[in-house]
This record gives sequence, structure tokens and C-alpha cells, in this order.
Amino acid sequence: MTTQRITLTVNGMTHAIEVEPRRTLADTLRDQCGLTGTHLGCEHGVCGACTVIVDNQPVRSCLMFGIQAEGRSIRTVEGLADGATLSPLQQSFWDHHGLQCGFCTPGFLMLATWLLERETPIDEAELRHVLSSNLCRCTGYQNILKAVREAAKGLGKWVESAPA
Amino acid sequence: MNWTGKRLPRLEDPALLRGEGSYTADIAIGARAVRLVRSPFASGRIISITPPAEMSAGALLVTGRDLAGLGTIRPTLARFNYVAIGQPILPVERVHFVGQAVAAVIADTPERAEDLAEQVMLDIDPEDAVADLDAAMAPGAPVLHPEAPGNVLVEGQLRQSGCDAAFAGAAHVVELGIRSRRQNATPMEGRGGCATFDRATGRVRLTASCQMPHMLRTGIAELLGMPEADLQVVAPDVGGGFGQKMALFPEYPLLVWLARKYRGSFAWIEDRNENLIASAHSRDQRHVIRGAFDADGTLRGLEVDILSNVGAFSCYPVTCGVEPLMAFAEYPGPYKVPAYAARARGITTNTCVMAPYRGVSRPAITFGMERLMDRAAAQLGIDRVALRRRNLVDSFPCRTAMGMTLDDASYIEAMDRAIDAADLPAFRARQAAARVEGRYLGLGFAVFNERTGYGTPAFAARSMGIVPGYEVVDIAMTPLGEIEARIGASPHGQGLRTALAQLIADRLGVTPDAVRIIHGDTDRTPYGWGTFASRGMVIAGGACQIAADKLADRLRVLAARMLQADPAGIVLRDGQAFAGEASMPLAELARLAHQRSDLFGSDVADRRFNLADTASYDPGGTFSNACHLAEVEVDVETGLVRIARYLVVEDAGRLINPMIADGQVHGGVAQGIANALFEEIIYAEDGNILTGSLADYLPPTAAEIPDIEIIHLETISDASITGAKGLGEGGAIGAPAAIGNAISDALAPFGVDITELPATPARIRALLRGREPTP
Repeated sequence: MTTQRITLTVNGMTHAIEVEPRRTLADTLRDQCGLTGTHLGCEHGVCGACTVIVDNQPVRSCLMFGIQAEGRSIRTVEGLADGATLSPLQQSFWDHHGLQCGFCTPGFLMLATWLLERETPIDEAELRHVLSSNLCRCTGYQNILKAVREAAKGLGKWVESAPA
Repeated sequence: MNWTGKRLPRLEDPALLRGEGSYTADIAIGARAVRLVRSPFASGRIISITPPAEMSAGALLVTGRDLAGLGTIRPTLARFNYVAIGQPILPVERVHFVGQAVAAVIADTPERAEDLAEQVMLDIDPEDAVADLDAAMAPGAPVLHPEAPGNVLVEGQLRQSGCDAAFAGAAHVVELGIRSRRQNATPMEGRGGCATFDRATGRVRLTASCQMPHMLRTGIAELLGMPEADLQVVAPDVGGGFGQKMALFPEYPLLVWLARKYRGSFAWIEDRNENLIASAHSRDQRHVIRGAFDADGTLRGLEVDILSNVGAFSCYPVTCGVEPLMAFAEYPGPYKVPAYAARARGITTNTCVMAPYRGVSRPAITFGMERLMDRAAAQLGIDRVALRRRNLVDSFPCRTAMGMTLDDASYIEAMDRAIDAADLPAFRARQAAARVEGRYLGLGFAVFNERTGYGTPAFAARSMGIVPGYEVVDIAMTPLGEIEARIGASPHGQGLRTALAQLIADRLGVTPDAVRIIHGDTDRTPYGWGTFASRGMVIAGGACQIAADKLADRLRVLAARMLQADPAGIVLRDGQAFAGEASMPLAELARLAHQRSDLFGSDVADRRFNLADTASYDPGGTFSNACHLAEVEVDVETGLVRIARYLVVEDAGRLINPMIADGQVHGGVAQGIANALFEEIIYAEDGNILTGSLADYLPPTAAEIPDIEIIHLETISDASITGAKGLGEGGAIGAPAAIGNAISDALAPFGVDITELPATPARIRALLRGREPTP
């Protein structure tokens, strides 16, 4: 299988690598950029564990080829913290027990990071709708929802739903 | 400072949140990739396996013939007419289920290994398969294993003397048949392993996503006929397990064999399809339950017939008896059953192997018992709560029909708390109003107990060839004053590092972050069993507590020498040893103990030169209990169930970290809801599996799981030295019964109730078709 030289920009750093065109972005990030925080849970685009942010959109990195990401801005879980300081969302996951085994966590963090960076305020229905993109098997989602909700409140992005 | 009982954020989390966890697939990068070629047939004779026409340089094909002379995975049980059958690492003659590994292809990258695996030509002569209980038990059915004519691998039978009289004299006999369909535990991280040969020592390190690293090491070494001491098994960060990762799977000995033979590093990382079809399945059971009741609702006798589809082989080490025999032993649950009769059989079929999954048989038996109670209440015209109150065990200790001792618990109190919180009269009013509008609300609850934290006595009673149970902890204080506790148990995401550190911190007067819990590495930890059967906090926790107390005693002796005081008067607190007003830092004491042992010499009787001790704990077991309550709305047009409210009142004794405890309950309930409504592994009649992706097999998302309310009760039992009872599984146990009862309550006007799980829209529509509600 022939390979192609590409340059990927991940978390603001450039990676000059040689990849097979068929290699997924997830495998490229993991195997060739050394960024193993992005996890593969199904490789079918269902579970969302491999979610990363590409040009400000959440993306299943198992459904995109590495070469398709050239020239784009890729963000992974490794880029969330500022040095020793966790991002407010990461801190909220820690404070509210939003993770157990930790395998789905990077995908949820990237999905929710995207959610919290949007201009639009978030209510309960939108929160559930967006987070239902990803699967978690440990938490029953309770504390993931809580962690994102509390982070949104802290960032002034939360609105209470209109009473039914 | 008292750390026990605090909602301490987990010590595990920062690395996991930063994406700096270390899972098996992360460690496997760079190893040669192993891809398994799996059987497309449920049953058949292997004629030939032909390698690809062009193997790339360095690529390999390994078949069962290459493994000639190696053992089979063959767990044993000395009772219950158990038939021991062996599962080959790779079969030579026959395949027994779709997904069974028949060959392995090795290449330099996973992509190339997959390419080559697709080109391997399997010539298999298919034979008739039996994929379900009925087919396997039919007269003249194909026999999977010649040792087991009739396809029965294990059978327990019991009929207590009073049973006939209880049924003969019963005012009412209530009967119920239930069916629990097959599930897959579906950890987010599948199985996987990486075996690396160390040329300098001749040893192999197997990193594997597993729950029982020590057992895995013993099992693999035995199969391969290699010295166990030449194998190190490491469980790194493990992305969930829920029981599925307890078993010794054929892929792991294969990896170790490859590493030794080719003196290299070989990795297999399971994909989701493999996990769904070829890891382990659970919960495929059918029960018939009969209860003999007096006119006043007193249960006089219980009779159950349990069938469990255990798949093609017997899981190691717990055997295929794990589901049927648990149901056999524990069916009466929290109820007084004066006379009990049970028959339980494990039936082999051409399907994936059964292994334990969170709760094992208890979700099904609780569904059976609690549906029986609701049916009995309806049949006898007695209120559901009153009927249960009459029959629940209410004085402790209580010896069960099967000879187990129920320790202090809160069966009735948990039910009462749930019923109070539910506000039944208000619900009945809402239900009646909704029915007028053609909307069907239902409320159901389930009361159960769960045997947790049991050590070797309980496993020995099952007569397993391998008897798990105890846990050992080696504790030490370094010369610089940190505490290391090496535990034989191996967590897979529960947060044991944090909770055990809390326990130890309190005994030694330090902060939890001064305690390192070392686990999941057979080179660095004492032999132990693992995390399963809701045992971690009880058994590893108990061992940690004993070990910490021993270390504390030692520190007190040394401090007494330095502070010229009586050891009994030394208090360990805030990282210091106090004798009245005088004190010294524990770190200073640790340094002196190691580096100035000359100071202690003759004053310390045993002349020990280190600050280390070991402890073990092997309790007989305790019983957690809970009441789950669900309120649902059933759309009778579509059969869709919406959960409007979910409440858990649970009693797991003393909570070491209530935040972690809540998380365990949440996760268990979500899996129980999945069991009740969504998840089902489906086989076609020919044994082909129809649910091989997450588009077909349906774990619920945040949209399906409602808010889960939890009320904790804390009954402290002396059956656990920490006061903690196990709670890892309880969430999954109560939900199917509570939801099944809630749907049945909603559909009562139609004269139908739920006896089969998951209660999918199709099943509910099938029940309702052609029926009209009676007002």
C-alpha cells in the first residue's frame, strides 16, 4: 500500500507524517502522532469515543481519513488542559464524577467542549440531545450530564428549560 | 480527619481526563498485529485452511495444527453432574459457533493483517447447528460435545421435604414462565492483549484488558506448559469489564505462545464486531416459577425450573454453572420460603460462550420473583406492598432454604422508603386520569437482596475446581514516608484506588494522596483474584484495613521508642505520631526505621528491619439489598416505553466514598434498563448472529436513561469488617423487574403482563394486538 506525506496540525502543533491514504484519522492520531487519548470504541461511527474537533466541528475520527484532515485544525483531548490546569469542563468532570473507566471520556469531553464553545445557550433538552451522540457504559450518563450542566452554568451558557 | 464516608474526587481521574490513561491498545502500538480469522458457521467440520496466495514479508498464518500438544481451556466443577469439556485455543477438527477463532494472521500493521485475514480460505463443511434452548433440547438434536449427550453440561436438583405438602395444601398456586434474552456486557473498551518477549530474561509480559490478571497468568501457563514465573500479566487501565473480562479467552494464550515462539511482541486488539459475537454473552435464560400461597398471602413453597443457554463451551474459571447454579441457590432472594424445590440446567448450544455479567443470574431471578409477587397479589386480591411485607425476611440473621445466612439488612424498610417516596395515592390518581385520555402509566417496584463480598467458603460450596475468594494486601511505608499498598485485586474502572486509599488513610492518620494503591501487575502484587461479584470494597477493602492496622501498630511501637512513651498511647494523626503533646512526623519515623534501625534494636522485640506487612481477608459474605421503583408510560400504539421516574433505595452498608457508590448504582441501573428495554443478542435458527454491530445491538444513550434518584440506607453488618457491603452489581439487578412490573401495571387494563425481556416495542405490540382495554 502506498503512503502519502502529509502535515497535520493537532492542538496547534504540526506533525509531518507518512500515512496510507486508507488510514483513519483516529489511527493516524494514535499511531503516528502519539496521541493515544483518542480512543476507538466501535470503528463504526456509533459510540463516539473517538470524537475530536476538526475545524470547530465534532467529528468521529474513525469515519474520517487522516489525509482528509490535512490543512485543518484538529483538537484532541490532549489539548484541553492549559499546562497543569484542567479546562473548566475537565475540572467539572473530576468534581462531579463524570467518568469511571475513562474510556469514553475523551470523546465526551471533545463533544461537550464543542457544545460549550457554541454561541447558543444550552438547556436540558439540548444537552441530552447532543450528549446522546456518544455511548458510555459505566456512568448511566447521570454524572456526565451533571458535569457538563455545571460547567455550562459556570461559563454562563446554561438556561433553565421553560416549564412544560 | 475521617476520610471514610467522604465524597472525595477520584485519584484516578486527572490522567484519564487529560487523555493520558494507558489502555491495552495504547501499549500495543508498534507490536506485530494479530488478526483472527473467525468461523462463519455455527457448526461444521474443518476441511482445510489455506493461506493467502501472497503473504507479505514477515507475515504468518497460525492454525490449530501449529498448536498441537497444547491444552484446552477446561474448567471443572465437582458436583451437579458437570460435564467438563475443553475449548481448544484454535480448533483443528470442528467449529462450534459463529465467531470462533480458527486461525490467526500476523502482519506488521493491523491494516495489513486484516487484508491478509480476508484472503485466508476456510474450507468448512457445515453441519446442523442448535442455536437456542428448544433446538438443543429437542429429541434427536445434534450433539455439540460427545461427552454431553442431550447437550446438558450441568444440572442441579433439589426438592425439600415440605414442598409437596406446601403445594398440595396451598390455597393458591401462582405460576409464571419468564424469558430473559441474551445480552453482551459491552464494555466501551473491547478485549485486547499485547504479549512481549524479553530476550534478556526469557520472560513474557502480557498486557491484557482483564479483570483477573493472576488467574489469567496461572491459566495461560498451564495451557502452554510453561513456567508460570516466566509470565507477567499486567492489567493496565481497563475500559470496563462488568464480568466479561473475568474469563480466560483463547486469544490470550495464543498471544503468549506467539511471543515465545517468535521472540517478539504481538498484539490483538478486538474490534466491536468481535466483541459482540465472540467475547462472551449472558442472561439467556428461561424459568418456570410456581409459588404455593396461603389464603392470606403467606408463601409456603417455591418451585423453580431454570434453563440457561451457556453457549458452546464452559467459561474459565467459573464454569458454565455460574448462571444456572446461582439461580438455583439464590432464587428465594429476600423472601421467607419454608419449602423450596429447584432444578437448574446449563444447556450447550452453537452460540458464543456464556460468562458472568453484572448481577449474573440475579437480574433474571429478581424479575422472576418480583413478577411472581405481582401476579400473586393480583390473583389473591392482596395489595402488592402488603403481600411482600408478609413474606420478606424481617429478622436477622436468617438461614435460607439453601443454607445461606442472611445478615442484617433492611428489606422491608427499603421497600417502605421507596413506596413513601413514590406517593402511591397521587400516582393512582394520575394513572386513572391518564387512562381516560388513552395514556397508560404504570408503577412497578422490585425488592431484592444480593449476596456480595463472599470469599472462598461460598465458592468452595459450588465445588469449583478453582476456588477464588480471598484477597491479599502487601503494605509498606517507604523510607520517605509514602504508603504503598499492593493489592491482588484488579479494578477495571470502579475507582478502587481512591476508595482503598481513603480506608488506609484513616487507619494511618495520613491523607489519601499519600497512599499509592498498586494493582493489576502479577510482578508487583500478591496473588489475588480480582474485581467481580461485588467484592472489591468488602474483601480488598477488608484486607487493606487489616494491613493498615498492622502497619499502624508497627509505627506506634517505633514512635513509642522515639517519643519514650507507651505504644498504646500513640495516636497517628495528620501525618504525625503523637504521644500527648510530643509528636514526630511519620516520614521521619519511616526514615529512621529504614536507615537508622540501630536506634531500635533491642527495644523492638522482633528486630524487624522494614516497615511492611501483609494481610489477607476471606469473609463468608454479606447481603446488600435494595428496592427499585420505576414509573413508566407505555405508548400502546407503538409499544414504546418511556421511563418517567426511577428511584433506588439501596443498602450496601457503610459507604466508603458515597460519590463512587452513587456512580456504581447509576451505571448498574442504566445496564438494567438496557436489559429491560433495549439490548438483545439475536441468533438466526442456523446459528448466524444478527446483532454484530452497535447499529443492531442497542446500548442506551443519554436520551433513554432518565434521572436516577438514590436513597442510601446504611445497615452495618458484622459480616464485613469495614461495614461495607458490595454494591457494584445491584443497580443492574433491580431494574428489569421494576420496569417489567411497571409496564405490566400500565397494561393491566389490557389483561396482559410482561414475561419476556427486553420488552421491546415489537414484543409489547405483540401482546396488545387485538386487545382492547377494559375500563
